[in-house]
Amino acid sequence: MINLKAKWAAGPYIVWMILFTIIPMLMILYYAFTDNNGAFTFENMVSAWDYVPTLIRSIWLALIATVICLIMAFPFAYSISRKPMSKQKMFVMLVMLPMWMNFLLRTHALAQLFEDNGIINTVLQSIGIGRIQMMGTEFAVVVGMVYNFLPFMILPLYSIMTKIDQSLVESAHDLGANNIQVLFKILIPLSVPGIVSGITMVFVPAVSTFVISKFLGGTDFYLIGDAIEAQILGNSYNLHTGSATSLILMVIVIITMLIFSRIDTEEVEETLA
Amino acid sequence: MDTNNTIIELKGISKSYNGMKVLDKLNLTIHDKEFVTLLGPSGCGKTTILRIIGGFVEQDEGDVFFMGKNINDLPPHKRQLNTVFQKYALFTHLDVYENVAFGLRLKKTPEKEIAKKVKEMLELVNLKGYESRRVDVLSGGQQQRVAIARALANNPKVLLLDEPLGALDLKLRKGMQVELKKIQQSLGITFIYVTHDQEEALTMSDTIVVMENGKIHQMGTPTDIYNEPIDAFTADFIGESNIVPGIMHKDYLVEFSGKCYECLDKGFEQDEEVDVVIRPEDIKLVEPNEKMITGIVETVVFKGMHYEMRIRCGEKLWKAQDTIFEPVGKEVGIHLTPNDIHVMKKSDFVPNNSKEVVTPNPENEGSNEN
Amino acid sequence: MSKNTKFFTTIYNIFIMMFFYSPIALVMVYSFNSSKGFEWTGFTTNWYVELFNDELIMSSLLNTLLLAAIASVFSTILGTLAALGVYSLKSKKLKTTIKTVTNIPLLSPEIVTGVSLMLLFTAARISTGWVSLIIAHISFCVPSVFLSILPKLRQINRDMYSAALDLGCNTRQAFTKVIIPEILPGILTGFLMALTYSIDDFIISYFTAGNLQTLSITIYSMTRRRISPKINALSTLMFLLVFIILLISNVYAIRKERAKEIKISQNLKNSI
Repeated sequence: MINLKAKWAAGPYIVWMILFTIIPMLMILYYAFTDNNGAFTFENMVSAWDYVPTLIRSIWLALIATVICLIMAFPFAYSISRKPMSKQKMFVMLVMLPMWMNFLLRTHALAQLFEDNGIINTVLQSIGIGRIQMMGTEFAVVVGMVYNFLPFMILPLYSIMTKIDQSLVESAHDLGANNIQVLFKILIPLSVPGIVSGITMVFVPAVSTFVISKFLGGTDFYLIGDAIEAQILGNSYNLHTGSATSLILMVIVIITMLIFSRIDTEEVEETLA
Repeated sequence: MDTNNTIIELKGISKSYNGMKVLDKLNLTIHDKEFVTLLGPSGCGKTTILRIIGGFVEQDEGDVFFMGKNINDLPPHKRQLNTVFQKYALFTHLDVYENVAFGLRLKKTPEKEIAKKVKEMLELVNLKGYESRRVDVLSGGQQQRVAIARALANNPKVLLLDEPLGALDLKLRKGMQVELKKIQQSLGITFIYVTHDQEEALTMSDTIVVMENGKIHQMGTPTDIYNEPIDAFTADFIGESNIVPGIMHKDYLVEFSGKCYECLDKGFEQDEEVDVVIRPEDIKLVEPNEKMITGIVETVVFKGMHYEMRIRCGEKLWKAQDTIFEPVGKEVGIHLTPNDIHVMKKSDFVPNNSKEVVTPNPENEGSNEN
Repeated sequence: MSKNTKFFTTIYNIFIMMFFYSPIALVMVYSFNSSKGFEWTGFTTNWYVELFNDELIMSSLLNTLLLAAIASVFSTILGTLAALGVYSLKSKKLKTTIKTVTNIPLLSPEIVTGVSLMLLFTAARISTGWVSLIIAHISFCVPSVFLSILPKLRQINRDMYSAALDLGCNTRQAFTKVIIPEILPGILTGFLMALTYSIDDFIISYFTAGNLQTLSITIYSMTRRRISPKINALSTLMFLLVFIILLISNVYAIRKERAKEIKISQNLKNSI
């Protein structure tokens, strides 16, 4: 440890974080439990309670999207982690490329695929199946989530899988494990830290989104993010219920993280090191 | 050696870390142009001494003198000595050339002189042509050479080396030992070298300082230290040895393992309890007779130059080296001349090979360090 | 790997890539389509012309770039200082607290961060616009800068600093000539992260921008439930821009990697 004697330099950051991270979070708490006159009340929480079905729907769709991402990403991440270094770099770049493009533009691009007279429907009709209404369905919203957040599942999985030595897999085969056993006894256990961070990185933005539901879900499609947006900036303007709803969302996110942080990742990382 | 050519002197140095005493009122005098090795097990305080001399650690008590001047308050960059660090500590943002030139640049040396000096230094350490290489792609041995060149470029009076070969493999280490000694002799400056490897110390040093628990056990030439260890710790740390408790009946007569032997030591009290140290290579195995210690050969390992044997004499397992093969199970006598027996004051030092007495493990040859 | 597995893996990887890139490819094609609809009616570059003549898009692009420049420079300064300061702190408790607070903006949903900042600006009567946006952007950029520098500081071994002093640096020189250059890659990474986060952000800006238009906000207002060929042209350009930047940085990185590999193998040969 070098003694730089620069303690003071942490000062501005501490002040900044208190002013613009901690106090704003406390503001949500404050607004959630007060009325317009600043008096303490539970009413906001009670009116936020009306959004529980919306919340459950958001969690449900986000969960489905997360599971699909995990299933899609796992074999892909593993296969690129076994490739030579320069190929790995190329694939990582190909995964990151759409991620770097603006999120709204990506969703806008996807929406054009799903339009009633978009390319998918044109193809479906030409092969005789006929047009299907996709815009405004849960299907479109879940695909939108998967499309946007899949890279956040691939990259952490990939980076943990590069640390899994090929000889581990080979020795498992050598000891008589078949492919399925290698998957469940070696690859999945050793990828746990990547799985955990991938799940949180997909689930949190998915459960709180309002853009995807607006772009792909149509007017009537309402997720918890849309509810908050409408209360803070939109037609059901009410900062207090908006804060209460945000608070509930935040609690859900914290609970998710607590569940996953209980999975002991240190042990796995030690095995890999 | 006369005291005029003293270059560094430590007087009454003490240092504690978190209440743990690392150095205890230590005195040390280092002569100019010598290769001095601080030798001891890890945690004995040898690196702390080096850091105090370098100025990176401040002692709690005591004074450091450099060419007669007290340098207690002199910051490291004003001391006329340079250090080669254990893990090289090269600047990864600079290439080989700039690493070596680093100190000269700070002194605002003209560019031409820098170029000349860097070239000279890289030649000295056999790294000609590596000027523009990045340091983090060099091998361990090459990084070590850059570190040496970088330190020497500043023309230090004293070079401090903190286990510089510790991270290298055996073959490379042996080569570097010879090279370091050559560099030291050709430059004619003082090297203070820290290691826990007794063989390294014996190979390179003019003077060895054997340390343990923040104290100096013995200081002397490699030959002195090997042949005349002052106590059981030194004897055990430098080379292999058999250490047995004994009783000094009178001058020149010592009893151990139930037998009396003539020896060259005197000056002990009558019937004083002592440690007796005998080097395995001094033991000669002969036909047993009742005057000498006898035992059964338990293991024999061929070592190329000699056979290494373990002789069981009741509880005690003797280490012996001989060029003549004795079969396992044979009863042999241990023949010793007075010259082979080193009698030392009793210390509470317990050699680690004494464990063998309790659980003999013939598989485990050479219980000493390394 | 058996031939079969290899075949299926390749098919699967192609499928994933198609999933990522077919919407983008489609958008690129549509951006040259002469009609607004999805049927191909002929090639045109009109949408690009319209894009560059759209004052709202151009002014919001300018706003976005200016905002990103200000926010990332401030974040880099604040984050670098923070990393140096936290590294020097002795109190373990304070260090852990700071790291925990640093994680709040990184882990909480962006919408919650946006709402929380918006509430603060409302309560503190900070007018929404440039000031609120700059504060908001610094707030979500600083933690990444801080976290990209701190490990670099930790990597510097104690001896490297000692070596600088040993070779003649005073403590100030050791700082400017060794510590700062050693953490410079971290500072640069942090700066670039801040820059891209700021340019890319929509959700937090949406809640804190007031009437100010950033590019994301403009795109949002133009594309909500509407398909706009102008935006397709913009997507095409953005994609190509990102592609070129990534390609250059990757080619550079791969070259460096290759050079390293070659040198290591040479070293091995030399030592044998």
